[in-house]
Amino acid sequence: MTELDIDVPKLISKISEQIKQKPMFNHSPKMIGIRSGGEWVAQRLHQQLELTDELGVIDISFYRDDFSKIGLNPTVKPSQIPWDVDDQHIILVDDVLFTGRTTRAALNEIFDYGRPASVTLVTLLDRKGCRELPFQADIVGESLECSQTIKLTGPEPLKVTILEKSEESA
Amino acid sequence: MSAKLAGPNIQLNELGKLKHFLTLEGLKNHHLTEILDTAESFINPTTKEIKKVPILRGKSIMNLFFEPSTRTRTTFEIAEKRLSADVESLDIQTSATKKGESLLDTLWNLQAMQADMFVIRHSESGAAHFFSQHVAPHVHVLNAGDGQHAHPTQAMLDMFTIRKHKGDIYDLTVAIVGDVLHSRVVRSQIQALSILEAREIRVIGPKTLMPESPEAMGVHVYHDMEEGLKDVDVVIMVRLQNERMTSALIPSEKEFFNLYGLTEERLALAKPDAIVMHPGPINRGVEIDSVVADGPQSVILEQVTYGIAVRMAVMAIIMSNAAQLAQHKLEQEQQASLDLVDTEETTEDTL
Repeated sequence: MTELDIDVPKLISKISEQIKQKPMFNHSPKMIGIRSGGEWVAQRLHQQLELTDELGVIDISFYRDDFSKIGLNPTVKPSQIPWDVDDQHIILVDDVLFTGRTTRAALNEIFDYGRPASVTLVTLLDRKGCRELPFQADIVGESLECSQTIKLTGPEPLKVTILEKSEESA
Repeated sequence: MSAKLAGPNIQLNELGKLKHFLTLEGLKNHHLTEILDTAESFINPTTKEIKKVPILRGKSIMNLFFEPSTRTRTTFEIAEKRLSADVESLDIQTSATKKGESLLDTLWNLQAMQADMFVIRHSESGAAHFFSQHVAPHVHVLNAGDGQHAHPTQAMLDMFTIRKHKGDIYDLTVAIVGDVLHSRVVRSQIQALSILEAREIRVIGPKTLMPESPEAMGVHVYHDMEEGLKDVDVVIMVRLQNERMTSALIPSEKEFFNLYGLTEERLALAKPDAIVMHPGPINRGVEIDSVVADGPQSVILEQVTYGIAVRMAVMAIIMSNAAQLAQHKLEQEQQASLDLVDTEETTEDTL
């Protein structure tokens, strides 16, 4: 097993620059982070982009599609979107895009609040090749193989370590 | 049916988690805290709004009210709808049981209509226990009040309201005033307060409205209202249960108000930041003065709103526990069949 630390500040800057290139950035977009890893990443992006509207946070636990298998998440907290979703350009932030199921849940939850003008999906890391639903991010910090697992700790310091099974040590 | 009540633990599954919700008796602090914490997660902290969530989609919940109810029945219905369940409410007083159908036949017919959960209110103590013992294994029963026995969701929403205003229940002195004898709400409240380790629980009322030995429930009894209210953090008023009184237990409602009615003067004896609660329906001028009921220390209407979140929490937890138990059993079966394969392999190796 080898471990590789990711340079998070560098990726945050890179993502911020890409967000600024998007046309929706000129239409005062609002940001939502998916608890808990996505919230941590969103806090940094929100700060760097100097967005004026408060950061929204959603907890998708009640929207998961596996309630009948795993039941309630005991650490679930209320979602908080402090502004009207209707007709807003929304930047949805997650830490890792993997199967796509979290994105599905997050979109469903957002649409229960209203009808946004657009949603731009941003992810710090994209584990490609293991998608179970047809979702792709608009902006990706770094792409990985789906065999690479990720350890994320935060919020301060926000640290991402990639755990990779190396064949030699097996 | 009240003659033989089953032990309270029939409401727990093999993993010690809630399967039914019949009474607070026999439950642990962690069971109650889980309900309170889960209820919290349904309430938006800034707007206080309780949003609809899709977790019980496809589940069918039937409300069986054999006794009249406004608040409990309506908040249960709202809670079920906010969990996205399919909801049927049956007013049994006007339906088949009137035509002579037995309770069990009614129950089995409703179960055949694919109910996943029954919410039951009945004038007989033990009715919910009775139902829980006769439903199919995948069906859950919630007690929405049975006779003079228990009303656990009401007690939990009261605990939630107290926690919202006063923080931890631990370290609080709570006074319950009125008809302690007939009230299932009081019985459940006392159990909840004891499980959550309230510093002191006081009951205040005339001897005729007290059970035989209230001290056995771990409470301090006061017959003098002024004395009992001194320095309490929470005052819970309960209604005179006229419909359950079979003889004249109080001289008159006016006399009762003179001795035990909550007035501004009496409330002033409690701590200055004390809150006033009442499970409803309130009888203005009988157990509580309108000035107090509508006053700044009253949280009576908040109790009603929190009732939605707390009932959502209980139902969500019960369905969640069922899902986790099913998953647990599935994993055990898979493990057992793996073990079987292992044994087979070992056998081959040794051959």
